[in-house]
Amino acid sequence: MRYLYYPGCSLRSTGKAYEESLLSLFRALDVPLEELDDWNCCGATAYMAVDEDKAMALAARNLSLAERQHGRSGQTQLVAPCSACFLVLTKTDRYLKGNPEVQKVVGRALADAGHSYAGTVTPRHPLDVLVNDIGVETIAKKVKSRLGHLRLACYYGCQIVRPFASFDDPRTPSTFEKLMEALGAETVDWPLRTRCCGASLMGTIHAVGMEMSYSILKEARRRGANCVVTTCPLCQLNLESFQQEMNKQFDDDLRMPVAYFTQILGLALGIPNDKLGFNKIIIPPPMTSGAPQGGEPARV
Amino acid sequence: MGSKPSTAPYGLPLHVVEPKKVRLQIAFQSELDPAFAQRVKWRAHGEAFLNCIQCGTCSATCPVSPYMDYTPRKIVAMVREGFKNDVLQCLTIWLCASCYSCTVECPRQIRITDVMYALKREAISEGLYPKKLPTPVLATEFFKQVEKRGRNSEALLMMALYWKTNLVKVFRDMKLGMTLIRMGHLPLRPESVRAKGEIKALMDGVEKAEKELWS
Repeated sequence: MRYLYYPGCSLRSTGKAYEESLLSLFRALDVPLEELDDWNCCGATAYMAVDEDKAMALAARNLSLAERQHGRSGQTQLVAPCSACFLVLTKTDRYLKGNPEVQKVVGRALADAGHSYAGTVTPRHPLDVLVNDIGVETIAKKVKSRLGHLRLACYYGCQIVRPFASFDDPRTPSTFEKLMEALGAETVDWPLRTRCCGASLMGTIHAVGMEMSYSILKEARRRGANCVVTTCPLCQLNLESFQQEMNKQFDDDLRMPVAYFTQILGLALGIPNDKLGFNKIIIPPPMTSGAPQGGEPARV
Repeated sequence: MGSKPSTAPYGLPLHVVEPKKVRLQIAFQSELDPAFAQRVKWRAHGEAFLNCIQCGTCSATCPVSPYMDYTPRKIVAMVREGFKNDVLQCLTIWLCASCYSCTVECPRQIRITDVMYALKREAISEGLYPKKLPTPVLATEFFKQVEKRGRNSEALLMMALYWKTNLVKVFRDMKLGMTLIRMGHLPLRPESVRAKGEIKALMDGVEKAEKELWS
């Protein structure tokens, strides 16, 4: 297996902490993660609403670039940490294999741009890679400080398990919890783990986005979690950045840390905090067992 | 849920758009557009929504259905019958956050999210979406950015969104925006791909191929 890393636009801006922690984590696990050269936007879900063929053509260029960089041996795994990138790349890969119309249009466009895609690349989410390729046992052996003080609400979000359940059950997924429990952390059982956070509604129809994210955070707190862990840069932004506004709007005193799963893994593996991007999230999780819930606010 | 009653855009009550306020524009069978269903079917890759049994599983599993004017189940039925303008002007298709719950749960394996995407595309190309609704603006702005640079800058996207929809909100969200910028979340210099010519060739290629395929 050879891994290519596809950052996507989010990991270069709002998801900076995700990128830092992901790269540090894979370095600590001795799994090389090489960046896809000259990658472009994945086509994203917003693009699908304007022109689906163009969105798929954009994603297909990334797949073709991956083949160029690592050959067509069928071993190339394109690691896309953002849920939307992961979904669009997977969707494009599948449609290019099963839908003759898409094949024709996208194939032609790729040829015009000097590219071609033979279908040998597998888009993967880092959670899938960590659990199914590297293995929970291998990671558990490398744990330096067990995270007994954390009660985590593992939040899958929507697009990594749906609609293509490539590595877990779309209704009751469990990989995330398994991984976190291997670090010594407790996980809470909560039904909202795959419920939508509101995604781009937070920016467009704000009132609806606020209620959706708030209900997720409220449920996590009710189940006794002291930190929500997420796998998606947009979920992190939605759940964390608007808590002050939520408190005002819903008359609450919510103060729930929302961290990336790579940050929590890095913490357990003894990677120094400054390499995990904790300074880039607003409410850091409790680092040690004595720390107060919600930790201290960063530079806000 | 909340203590203060909030209102949706266009003054609609937020929690449930009251059923009596939603009136179909089409009153007679002769006003229906039978070709509409076929067009949507084509746009959604031959999606089999004609098989829908109207069980309502999609509406039940949808996390945004309480805010919708027509639930996903109704949308499918309306598309099938040809309620073109009603469907393309409704809020529902823009509320869909594409979380794919309905697609996973549908007992008839209808990819409802793809149908919603098809409807969004149809509404944009027909110019029938509610004006000043931020979602289509976001989608088209995103499209423009990527076409130009091959990548999208979240900072520029947010600015364009505020500029085109609601300038007043800029001041309301200023504090959060400044926090995000200070924490390095919103780099103001946009990234772009090196091979910009490839992106242009790719986009032009799609247009040409589509023309060939459908003419």
